[in-house]
Amino acid sequence: MSTIDTHTETPVTIDETPPGLLRRILRQRQAKVGLALTGVIVVLAVFGPLLLPWLTGYTSTEFAGRPFQPDGLFGTDNLGRDVLSRFLDGGLSLLVFAALATGLGMLVGTAAGMLAAYQGGWLDSVIMRGNDVLLALPQLVFALLAITVLGPQGWVVVLVIGITHAPRVARVTRSAASAVITEDFVRASEMYAVPRWKILAKDVLPNITGPLMVELGLRMTYSIAAIASLSFLGLGMQPPAADWGLMINENRTAMTLQPWGVFLPVLAIAILTVGSNLITDAVARASATVEESK
Amino acid sequence: MLGVILRRLSISAVILLVVSMLVFVATLLLPGDPAQAILGQQATPERLAALREQMNLNDPFIQRYLDWLGGLFVGDFGSSTASGGSVGALLGDRVVNSLVLMVAAAVISIPVGIIVGTYSALRRGKAGDHAATGISLVLAALPDFVIGIVLVALFSTTVFRVLPSVTIAAPGEHVWDYPGQLILPVLTLVLVVIPYIIRMMRTTMIEVLDSGYVEMARLKGVPERQVIWRHALPHAIAPVAQVVAIQLAWLAGGIVIVEFLFRYPGMGQALVDAVTNRDVQVVQALAMLIAAVYVVVNLLADIVGIMTNPKLRTGGMR
Repeated sequence: MSTIDTHTETPVTIDETPPGLLRRILRQRQAKVGLALTGVIVVLAVFGPLLLPWLTGYTSTEFAGRPFQPDGLFGTDNLGRDVLSRFLDGGLSLLVFAALATGLGMLVGTAAGMLAAYQGGWLDSVIMRGNDVLLALPQLVFALLAITVLGPQGWVVVLVIGITHAPRVARVTRSAASAVITEDFVRASEMYAVPRWKILAKDVLPNITGPLMVELGLRMTYSIAAIASLSFLGLGMQPPAADWGLMINENRTAMTLQPWGVFLPVLAIAILTVGSNLITDAVARASATVEESK
Repeated sequence: MLGVILRRLSISAVILLVVSMLVFVATLLLPGDPAQAILGQQATPERLAALREQMNLNDPFIQRYLDWLGGLFVGDFGSSTASGGSVGALLGDRVVNSLVLMVAAAVISIPVGIIVGTYSALRRGKAGDHAATGISLVLAALPDFVIGIVLVALFSTTVFRVLPSVTIAAPGEHVWDYPGQLILPVLTLVLVVIPYIIRMMRTTMIEVLDSGYVEMARLKGVPERQVIWRHALPHAIAPVAQVVAIQLAWLAGGIVIVEFLFRYPGMGQALVDAVTNRDVQVVQALAMLIAAVYVVVNLLADIVGIMTNPKLRTGGMR
């Protein structure tokens, strides 16, 4: 009798504690490939600038010789600067700006979404209608409008991309949070007169990490694309700074003469965004299986 | 149903109104004087005063906003800060050019996306499905300009040199007089938009194929071809319409990058030039135009959604 009991009980206890989100993400092949791809580019972008005059002999803005010469490993660009040096130096700003913009968007969006879901009433209406207005302008057009007024500067780009992410994050957060706030443990906290911010941070937030993680990955991919695009349009980082998006813009007219000036940054951006999209996809699958196992 | 649609319509109108305020306030934040910008540093105070009077810069802010808003409805977009010319005349042809690009991209990507998505769903888990899913995952991740540059490298510079990578349109000619130069910009837009359509089509089609009524039809002995065309496909299209609309609305913003890349004389190219020159009147007009396209397409999608949703369709009759 007792042996049967233990037999029937053990599988149940296993089911009740499924492996953590991180473990389930890493178990997928997609996530491993994605991590490897993004990892390579992040390492390159972070350590590239440190190697600089030592590895190639030139800094990223120094003139190495005449334009479009096959000097060095990948030759020189339209102004005669070393392509490899500029490539190594050009990724960090993109990564930092994208991370800051994503962070800002996630922070504002999560806070607004949780408040809207928890408070309801007029605050909910105001936040969600404000969302609708921001969503009526395409992200890039909104960014261009801000850049016209404030000028093409790093903080403007970060701020405007962050702000355009916020309403999209807020929508996801609100719908995820409104399912959680009706749960009994939230009611219980309310009855103990726990402060509102504490309920949101301790009871609601941990229960919506799944959708938020997916949103984080998605927003990071879009931030990288948006910021690189602005630089490509000549409205993000300004010359003579080394930046992948800007490099593509500077060298694309001479692609037949000097393909590396375009190919290296294009390849890096492509690997980076594909990698982060693969990770996001793996996170989405992992958090979907959590929902099912609940 | 009519009530729901009217409600939705008024929401869109209010949203556009608020967007117009947002766009107009942007001018007030701008340092400097538009009259000075047009006439340059050497302008005499008299001419500056005259131009300010002509541009109504002395009027109170609310008055200027209402004038500008009223002008939008009759096609008067004000005059360019950089050139002094009429913004409406500057944009007329470009709007048409951009619409050509958007419509061509939509006409190609919607059917192809639906077909590939359906194919992928029918061959779930097999090689064809894996290929379609993998490619759309990669395409969805790539920024638009990366896709464009790769196409340029493949077809017009490094690998083959078969297609032009720059759009040339002499005054008096139309961009569609040379169809070859439209191929790469349209292809870029198609590749940017299509992964989302494929994914959504695949997901909904799989859901529908697993549903009870499709199983019922199969058990009844309805031929498989008819099951797919008559029973499954129509039900899978409705949610895809929403995604298609979002993508079309997205095209309104996405053309900016593609037009800049291919030097295509459209709204997007004009917008980038205007931002570079800080030509506020043009930026305002284009932002409003693009926002209007965006809002209208979303509105149409919602109306289609309301009309195909039986719960809402019958709701108005009670």
